[in-house]
Amino acid sequence: MKKELEAIQSEVIRRSGVNPKKCMRCGKCSGTCPAYDQMEYHPHQFVYMVESGDIEPLLKSDSLYQCLTCFACVDRCPRGVEPAKLVEAVRLQVVRRQGNNHLKTDSIPALIDEDMPQQALVSALRKYSK
Amino acid sequence: MKVSYFPGCTLRTKAKDLDKYARDSALALGVTMEEPDNWQCCGGVFTTSRDEIATKLSSVRALMDAKSKDQILVTVCSACHNVIKQTNHAMQTDEEFASRVNNYIAPENYNGEARVMHYLELLRDEIGFDKVKEKVVNSLSGKKIAAYYGCLLLRPNSVMKMDDPENPSIIEDLITALGGEAVVYPQRNECCGGYIALENPEAAKTRSNTVTASAANAGAEMIVTACPLCKYNLEKNGSEIPVVYFTELLAEALGVK
Repeated sequence: MKKELEAIQSEVIRRSGVNPKKCMRCGKCSGTCPAYDQMEYHPHQFVYMVESGDIEPLLKSDSLYQCLTCFACVDRCPRGVEPAKLVEAVRLQVVRRQGNNHLKTDSIPALIDEDMPQQALVSALRKYSK
Repeated sequence: MKVSYFPGCTLRTKAKDLDKYARDSALALGVTMEEPDNWQCCGGVFTTSRDEIATKLSSVRALMDAKSKDQILVTVCSACHNVIKQTNHAMQTDEEFASRVNNYIAPENYNGEARVMHYLELLRDEIGFDKVKEKVVNSLSGKKIAAYYGCLLLRPNSVMKMDDPENPSIIEDLITALGGEAVVYPQRNECCGGYIALENPEAAKTRSNTVTASAANAGAEMIVTACPLCKYNLEKNGSEIPVVYFTELLAEALGVK
């Protein structure tokens, strides 16, 4: 298991292009995150948990699906760490596995109303499913 | 002047006003917007991972079409703009990514040569707000209007390079050119909740209400946006003031609505 998690760690780092070691633990990413209150693990925790290899809790957390991809943490990080890219790389680790789609097309009709733009659906499917 | 125009999925369906008023206003300003043949949806959000290739191909094909016609590729929807501009930047700067994309599109080859502009940038940088101002027939005089940027127009700034991401002025300058009074408020460049409206509608409601309250408290009578999903979230969650597309306001001022 340890070996598998190490492989996931290096894959997440490679895929995201993020170097979590640049983080100086200022917490500005979480301070500016509009989804902070909805998250069990916050953007700064994603950074240090990926860095330390403590990835298993992240793979199981609903926090993966609360990120809005608004790039606030990306732009406002004073060290250019880009936490949103790490959140996405961990999420892909989950949803790329067969049977792990977080949003299933069958469930969509119950989630929408007639005014909801197509943009919402394609965005959610791209983030939550493969 | 002719430009290539990528409308995107929503401007053909739920956001027809955003599309129609953009085209009509452009014509009034001497710009023809031509659609590429067989364009496909951009996907709504940019996938940041470097090994996401297939999800970027529709953007690449639209960019290649604009390149072949030697035209600027213009988008009106904030989401299309964000996805296509970030894809073009990745094609310019990430050699490994570009080579993998080029495997799909061979024998053609693309390396980010096209120019991508949001319609607002077209107005500011190609047409000029001065020229827009000269063409105004129905001044928006007396209207207090709040520009809502949201997240997609401005960020990530290193790629979008549209305006100061923390203190933008491009929409305010347009409002001023149309004769209106631009209202600046704290939440104008914060997210409305976006696609979380499906996953967690309460979270979208909290975000949207924060934005609309911020605009209303600053004295705005109206909010303008370039994003169909921002408009949906703000309206659905009970904005006290009307939310309209910036192109509708432009068409009204230019007398083509």
